[in-house]
Parts: sequence; C-alpha cells; structure tokens
Amino acid sequence: MNQVTLEIPYEIPVDAHNPVEPFLRMDRMPHIWCPGCGIGTTVNCFTRALLDSKANLDKVAVVSGIGCTGRVAGYANLDSFHTTHGRALPFATGLKLANPELQVVVYSGDGDLFAIGGNHFIHAARRNMDLKVICVNNLTYAMTGGQTAPTTPDHVISATSPYGVFEPSFNLVALAEAAGASYVARWTTYHVKQLSRSMEEVLSKKGFCFIEVLSPCPTLYQRRNKMGDGLDAMKFYKQVSKIRHGAPTSECALTKSGEIVVGKFVDRDRPDYLELLRGQMTESLGDRYAEPEVSCSC
Amino acid sequence: MHADPKGVLTGVHFLDGDHACCEGTLAAGARFSAGYPITPSTEVVERFAWRIPTVGGIFIQMEDELAASIAIQGAVWGGAKAFTVTSGPGFSLMMEHIGYAAMTETPCVFVNVQRGGPSTGLPTLPAQADMMQARWGSHGDYAIIALCPNSPQECFDLTIQGFNLSEEFRVPVMMMLDECVGHMTEKVVIPEADQIEVTPRRYTKLPPEEFHLFEPREDLVPDMVKAGDGYRFHVTGLTHDERGYPSMNVETQDVQVRRLQDKLKPLANGRALCETENLDDAEVVVVSYGITSRVAQRAIQLARAQGIRAGKFRLISAWPFPEQRISDLAGRVKAFVVPEINLGQMVHEVARAAAGRAAVIPVSHAGGSVHNPDAILKAIVEAAR
Repeated sequence: MNQVTLEIPYEIPVDAHNPVEPFLRMDRMPHIWCPGCGIGTTVNCFTRALLDSKANLDKVAVVSGIGCTGRVAGYANLDSFHTTHGRALPFATGLKLANPELQVVVYSGDGDLFAIGGNHFIHAARRNMDLKVICVNNLTYAMTGGQTAPTTPDHVISATSPYGVFEPSFNLVALAEAAGASYVARWTTYHVKQLSRSMEEVLSKKGFCFIEVLSPCPTLYQRRNKMGDGLDAMKFYKQVSKIRHGAPTSECALTKSGEIVVGKFVDRDRPDYLELLRGQMTESLGDRYAEPEVSCSC
Repeated sequence: MHADPKGVLTGVHFLDGDHACCEGTLAAGARFSAGYPITPSTEVVERFAWRIPTVGGIFIQMEDELAASIAIQGAVWGGAKAFTVTSGPGFSLMMEHIGYAAMTETPCVFVNVQRGGPSTGLPTLPAQADMMQARWGSHGDYAIIALCPNSPQECFDLTIQGFNLSEEFRVPVMMMLDECVGHMTEKVVIPEADQIEVTPRRYTKLPPEEFHLFEPREDLVPDMVKAGDGYRFHVTGLTHDERGYPSMNVETQDVQVRRLQDKLKPLANGRALCETENLDDAEVVVVSYGITSRVAQRAIQLARAQGIRAGKFRLISAWPFPEQRISDLAGRVKAFVVPEINLGQMVHEVARAAAGRAAVIPVSHAGGSVHNPDAILKAIVEAAR
C-alpha cells in the first residue's frame, strides 16, 4: 500500500489555535459532517464574516431547522436554536420581533427551507422580515440518506429517484427575489472569499437577505451520480461557475452539470416588517401607539 | 408579582369567552401573539390585534398554524410571554410544536376553542373532543397542563392562571375552551392590576460560565435565560443533556424524558384545580368540565329535587388529571356519571382512577350542541337505582 505522508513545512506552536475557535463550541467537536462535505466550509466563512463584521456576538442568534445544515446551530458558540423541520423561519420571526436588537441568522438546508418550509420562506420574504438566511444547498436530503429534494436537478439519481429525477426543480434565487427578498446572492463552497464577504454584507443589511451556497455531498449525491469526492466537487465548481453580479435570477436555474451562475443578484432597499408596522400604527393611532416592549422582565 | 397595569382593562364588562380570554392574556403579561384565523377561536386574536398596539406588543398573523405555534416559541426565547389560538384542525397542525415546547421546556399558552371534528367537522358548533389530543397529541412521552373554563369570567381568570402555571413548570399550557364558552357573552369583572398575581419568568441568577440550560432545580424545573444576554445557550428538540447539547443515548433519554413528566406531579393531586359540591353525602358524582359542567349543574339540581344524592365534581384542570381525588371518591360513592361532548374521552381517566370500585357511566354526545340536561339526569337516576 502506498502511504501518503503530509509534509508540514513548519513547526506548529503548542498553543496554536484556529482563529475561528472562539465562534465554535469546541467541546462539541468533532462535528458530524462527512469528509468532503461543504457545510463546515460555509461555517468557516460565517465565522470569518462575524469576525470581520465586528458584530457583538452576544447579540447574534442562529436558528436552524432539521438536516445536515440544521446542525450548524449546535456548533455555533452563539445563542442558537435547533428547531423543527422547516420551521426555522417562523421561529426566527418570533425571536426577532420579541427582541429586535438581535441579529437573527437562519442557517439551514435546501430541503428544510424550500420543501417542508417553503411556505414560511415566501412569507418571511414577502414581509421583508429582518432575517439573514443562509441556505446550504447540497441538492439533496443528505441527513436521511440522499433523497430527492425540490432542488435536485433533472436526471440526477437519488435514493427516491433511482431512475432519475424528472420533476422540475426550484430556482432558489429567482424564488427569493420574486417573494420580495432585499438581498439575494449565490456562491459555491469554492468561493470562500466571496461567500464570506456576502455574509458580512448581509450582517449590515436590513431586511430579508438570502444567500444560497452550493455545497457538495460526496457521500450521497456525488457517489450515486459518479461525480467524485469533495475535491472533484471543487474542481467542478471552479470549472462551471461564472460570476455574473446582477444577473437576472430567472436565468440562474441550476442543472446537473451545466453552468452555475454565482454572484450578487439583488440588493434593494425595502422597509422591513417592523418599520412597516410602526409606520402603519403611527398613522392609524398617533400618540396612542405604544412602542412594542415585547421582552419583559416578568 | 402584580400584573402590569398597561395590559389590564379594569372594570365590569360584558364580554364573550374569546374576548375575555384575550383580556386574560394581556393581564397575564403576554405581549406577543402569532395566530392563524380559524372558527370559532379567531375573536381572541382579533381582539389582541386591536388592543396590543396601544399596550405595547406585537400581533402577527402567520401563514399557517405550524408557523404560529413555533413563532410564539421564538418570541419566548427572545424574552416574551406569548400564546397562540386555534381550533381543531389548527390544533392538529400545532401538535408538532406542542411537542417542541414540551421537549425544550418553553413556557407558552395554546388556546383551543373546540369545535366538532374529526377533520373540518363542525366549524361553528361546539365539541369537547380534543381532550385526549391535548394530552397525547404530539409524539413521544411528555406532560402538559390543560385548563377548562366554563364561563367568560373563567376565560379571563384561568388564562392568567394558565400563563402562571406555564412559567412555574415550563410546560405548554392548553386553554381548552369550547365553541359555547368562547361565544357566550356574560359579565366579566376585571380587577385592578395590583389584585392580579402574575408569575414572573424564572431567569437564572448564575453567570454564563456556571449556567447549564437544562439543569433542574429541586422542583425539577430548570431556570431560564433569553437570547441576547450573553449566555450563548443552545436549544434543541433532540434529546439533550443538561447543557442543552444533543445526547443520543439511553441514559440521557431516561433522565430527561422522565423529568418532563415528573415535574408536573405536584399538580396532579394536591394542587389540581376542581370545583366540587355536595360530595359529602353523594352517592352519584357527576364529573364534567367546560360548558357541559353548566348543563350538568341543572341535572344535579333536578336529581337532588327527586331525592337522589347527586354531587358535582368539575374538572378545571383536566390535565394533570386529579387521579387521587377521583380514586378517593370511588371508595365511597356508587357511581360516576361523566357527560362530555365527545364519544368518551375523560371518562376513561375517571374509570382508570375508579379502578372498578364505582360504576362509571359515560353520557356521550357526538358534538354540535350541548347535552340536554335530561340525558344527564337519566344517567344519574339509573346510576342511583
């Protein structure tokens, strides 16, 4: 057997630590994600974004649904909520409205946010609720064994589509824009710098922000479709991705092996839910309107 | 502590049960509600939507009951007292999040104004057929509290009590109204704020480094925190250890899930809420709740007029069920008569507690109206024979 030895060109200091460690619950490591999975990469980008944004971490909360990406909440060293399948957004809605000083980040997968949680997604976007949604899109239900998701492209083989997917898939960025999102971007886990910057950008942007991150699932999606391992996914992303900021989202649908349009597609200013609420109540009630004091010591 | 006067509409009012329930939520300190319209419960949140902007809080109409029942829990972890309102079909959809509230020990209130079922059933007509669903409807083992008001005044009073119990035990509390109680209009007296006791949330006094989110105190209930206070805590519906971290093993499951049930034991007997009359000499006891208890009252009067020693046992807290008290009675009465607007739900609990020592006679009704008192009287007469 050939043994591969990694040459480390310098001595690692004994007290060395990864700069993202303070953002993670190190007592929960190792995480559950497979080798080659992209979710960890997105978490790394997220911690970089938090670091660079200089956000007060006591005021950042992460809300996840169920699934592989749903486990992000459990590893983030923040106030974090692992909710029920598909319901991260309505939970986050309540959390944000009760405590508007919180920066609420919804971190979940494509199946969670767009199948079982699809209705909540369009309504949270319609309301322009001040939530930052990071959707890790691995094009499949990974936690349960690689079944067809509403994002799985045509012809892909999955656990529940053994002869190939034939139903049309969602174009998430077009859906987000149509539903009213203030900010819409897409990256892959190959685009770590751009992804970190987008995440940092939404942390200072008001309203409903949506970032789709294409992320490989070597264990299920790629294996079944003979697409190689995590490294092959990076090569694939590098090869077929094209950065087109401002591209019409209707032209950004994904296929099994075709072009992946990435970039920032939408960045617009709309009043968010709380601004609209205050405006309407002040108009209707004048001085009788009492500012919400939802969170109380009682 | 006393109620915040901002939410208390002190005075003598003429209100229906739904509106009185809404005033109860405001007096109890609820400043957040998420709802989805459904007959015959919607008036509760319609009034909340009308009242809350001048009190200082938020009502949001969500896209469905799934969303409403989890949005309130987000609000609770953000520091609010919160509730949602529904009826049968919506209650079915909320089961997922009643389980989540039980598992994550999120204090919150679910108001269910019961209507005829199953499925869409009788949207505008009464039933009491969600009583078992309230207790067992979500999957897994857990325990909840369910209160059954029988008048608009009680819709106000018990809603406050429901919020208080939910804070004390950190469980979801079900307010089990029915269409009749919800739509019945009567005098409701709302006292001064300083006459209303409100249970504050039990926030921890420990600093973050010493605090564990699910470490129970002596009463088996852990203290709370809220988001944004620097505790960096984790909440999950997965089985979790005292730190709140997922823990997939038999030991943690055993400790945590048993505690979810055991913490409510003090309520089951000594503190069970019930109303009794004429039990001392009773040979037949009518066990009832909600609107049916008012019909039963008439049947008991008629029975007494005939010389039958009938007594009244009204369940105010249906869950936990006052098992010991029914058991004690079973040793000395001839029979229990259990009228309810369903085909037999709480009657099974009565039978279980009576354990064969007294006859247990159901007076069932498929829903759509209240009983005729004569039906209950007939059962009492037969039981006394």
